[in-house]
Amino acid sequence: MDLKEKLVSSFFAFEEQVDVNHSVHQIRTDALKEFEHLGFPSRKEEDWKYTSLNKVLKEDYSLFPKKDSSLEYNDIKKYLIHDLDTYRIVLIDGIYSSHLSSTTHDKIDVCLMSSALSKSKFKPLIDNYFNKINKKNSGINALNTAFSREGAFIHIPKNTMADKPIQVINFATGNESALMLQPRNLIIVEENSHVQIIERHQSLTENPVLTNSVTEIFAEKRAMVDYYKIQNDITSVSLIDNTFIEQQQESDCAVHTFSFGGKLTRNNLQFYQKGERINSTLKGITIIENDQHVDHNTLVHHIEPNCESHQDYKGIFDDKAVGVFNGKVLVEKEAQKTNAYQSNNNLLVSDKATINSKPQLEIFADDVKCSHGCTIGQLDEDALFYLKSRGIPEKEARALMMYAFANNVLESVKIPEIKKRINKLIANKLNVNLGFDL
Amino acid sequence: MNKFTEDDLREELKTKEYEYGFYTDIEYDTFPVGLNEEIVRAISKKKEEPEWMTEWRLEAFRIWEQMEEPEWANVKYEKPNFQDISYYSAPNKKPKYESLDEVDPELLDTFKKLGISLDEQKKLAGVAVDVVMDSVSVATTFKKTLAEKGIIFCSISEAIKEHPELVKKYIGSVVPQKDNFYAALNSAVFSDGSFCYIPKGVRCPMELSTYFRINQAGTGQFERTLVVADEGSYVSYLEGCTAPMRDENQLHAAVVELIALDDAEIKYSTVQNWYPGNSEGKGGVFNFVTKRGLCEKNAKISWTQVETGSAVTWKYPSCVLKGDNSIGEFYSIAVTNNYQQADTGTKMIHLGKNTKSTIISKGISAGKSQNSYRGLVQINSRATNARNFSQCDSLLMGNECGAHTFPYIETKNKTAQVEHEATTSKIGEDQIFYCNQRGIDTEKAIALIVNGFSKEVLNKLPMEFAVEAQKLLEISLEGSVG
Repeated sequence: MDLKEKLVSSFFAFEEQVDVNHSVHQIRTDALKEFEHLGFPSRKEEDWKYTSLNKVLKEDYSLFPKKDSSLEYNDIKKYLIHDLDTYRIVLIDGIYSSHLSSTTHDKIDVCLMSSALSKSKFKPLIDNYFNKINKKNSGINALNTAFSREGAFIHIPKNTMADKPIQVINFATGNESALMLQPRNLIIVEENSHVQIIERHQSLTENPVLTNSVTEIFAEKRAMVDYYKIQNDITSVSLIDNTFIEQQQESDCAVHTFSFGGKLTRNNLQFYQKGERINSTLKGITIIENDQHVDHNTLVHHIEPNCESHQDYKGIFDDKAVGVFNGKVLVEKEAQKTNAYQSNNNLLVSDKATINSKPQLEIFADDVKCSHGCTIGQLDEDALFYLKSRGIPEKEARALMMYAFANNVLESVKIPEIKKRINKLIANKLNVNLGFDL
Repeated sequence: MNKFTEDDLREELKTKEYEYGFYTDIEYDTFPVGLNEEIVRAISKKKEEPEWMTEWRLEAFRIWEQMEEPEWANVKYEKPNFQDISYYSAPNKKPKYESLDEVDPELLDTFKKLGISLDEQKKLAGVAVDVVMDSVSVATTFKKTLAEKGIIFCSISEAIKEHPELVKKYIGSVVPQKDNFYAALNSAVFSDGSFCYIPKGVRCPMELSTYFRINQAGTGQFERTLVVADEGSYVSYLEGCTAPMRDENQLHAAVVELIALDDAEIKYSTVQNWYPGNSEGKGGVFNFVTKRGLCEKNAKISWTQVETGSAVTWKYPSCVLKGDNSIGEFYSIAVTNNYQQADTGTKMIHLGKNTKSTIISKGISAGKSQNSYRGLVQINSRATNARNFSQCDSLLMGNECGAHTFPYIETKNKTAQVEHEATTSKIGEDQIFYCNQRGIDTEKAIALIVNGFSKEVLNKLPMEFAVEAQKLLEISLEGSVG
């Protein structure tokens, strides 16, 4: 039985565990039908031209882990940004771990999707926002909707600033020989509010895990959302991360994606600008090696005038790693005075590494400033020689230059602790110790 | 494409003279359109082709039957019904008009702006001309000079008969029959086209142009061009002309193959100005062209194109950089106005070491048109030190048109250096104001700015072409100010 059939037939078992009378359940049933019709994407689809899911889908994933897996704080401490006081939503094998989490309903709501679905207080929010901007006509997105029941639910009411950042962490214990997780997050940031979110997926053993995550983010007028994705999982797990952001006027959203780990990582990141004077920022650093595969698929949809978007993705690829960048900027006829910038720079370190880049512009308005750039190259030999001639060993010199290459993505990271952590991760990844923080 | 009704056919028959043997009688009403093996055979027979060519065409036809029309391009149009098209029509022998006075004054006006001589005007508009026209003698002198150097320049049907060994060796070697839907169709039914062979070490003394080859005029809608430059030779080839072509064929599916052997250089320039349809977007030519060149060691192929016509353009002149140190270049200006759609660009396939490619693409869209750049740069794992630079600039005029960029960059070698940049902008009001201040009216100012914008590409055209192309840009954008 292949994974698609298995998923479809397990829906009945799933229905027994959820409230079928909730209005969301109709959405789930419709989504299942859509998934049954569309299935998993194949390389024949233009959006998946360079990324094949075939290998990943071959595993016999268990869909509903049964055992209660418990972890202690010390087991997971190193995966947290522990020097930072945060709210925490910790899911272990897709199940909420109350003693590791720290949630709140004081002024802001930082809780679980399951509790938002069960409480009548949240019903209007769920009705208004749930599955409103999830991508249509996409098998994997419909699949997540069909099985959506757990994940993070974050609601920041009007004129509120979340007092501390929020960490959302999904652990996989490896108690199952292979596991498929489908977290579903909903984040609503109302007018004049502000929130910072850090998301991470982490597997604790070598057992294969496939995560198909969907996050919907709504930024109302003048809201600010600062989102960090740290993807440094072990190399036997795969992640399909779908993030959709709808912005209202004068809002400011930034998503930083740091992809260092995982076997196959696919990021679908889409911004919809539904008001004027919006700012969107998409940045990413990818450093991968061996047979890792990272695919960034982005879309910025400029619908209204006077908006801006900035995209900056840097990649360093070693061994047989494959990097894909497929970025699209779509400017509608009404979106005059748009300022859109897109840049994708790549370093190839090995002869076997591959980069496929497809930076696209689709523009229907005339009074715009849109540009994109894409480069593929190597480190400058002269600069390398300069460093070496000053007594810096080759390995460190290379690492320094790679740091410099990736650095302007880090510059816009607003939480110093994250910057520090990412610097450490980069140093680990490049296997050097420069002895100072950059 | 509008449905081709019997009435239309009758209308067409009035103006066209069909020459096929088995269509001579009343069968006209049922047989002249459609495509099947019989028709392919008939075309081949009509052209007195050898057996291998007939087989080659049939093979292409069988492949074509299995293929589906591609839909990935960023253009929308009503698909032509391939069974509604007549696949062979001999060149028009009867003049359409008796004198220039009968010709559409709008057309004549354009000719005047382009500065085309009266005789040429007549020729282009389909007016009866005296046989001893200037260009005939010009063409004859040219032929003599070329023959002295050993250059073969003739129609492809002639080449199939007279130089079968060359044609057999090279035809389909760069664009195989199964390459794509339109290439397969063309391979099966190509009516005529040009063949050019430059012998070893010869530098072709003049620009070769289909324009001068007047006896081959009206090569029809399925043109096939094959240019072979032997080791160390050089040729510059011009295709098309700036004069607007009022062609009643809606579908044009041409194939161009270039082969540059070791150390050879081919420069291929195109100016395309087919009928783009009227200002409401009715009619116009569908231009689906496959153009590709193969570079051996140290060879160079340079494509330059100015695309201003056609309702739908779908064209990707490409270079396969097979030999070490080979160079591919692509310079393009695509102008779309009214309801025109263009999806054009290039493919640079780097296979050899130290290969270089340059892509400069300028898109100008006005009116309600859509203009897309679609390009592929592929660096294969053995192509060490490959270098590519791409630049795609788009200029938008008015807020009802669109400009799109779809670059594909695939790199499998760490020594590769690939750069791509694209910008989209409009003509600045301050730029126009500056011109106005100096007494240049807005329309002229726009022409001036557009010319500046396209300069990099215009400079690559052979001189006499460049001047005309510049004027052509102005004419294509007339009335787009608003």
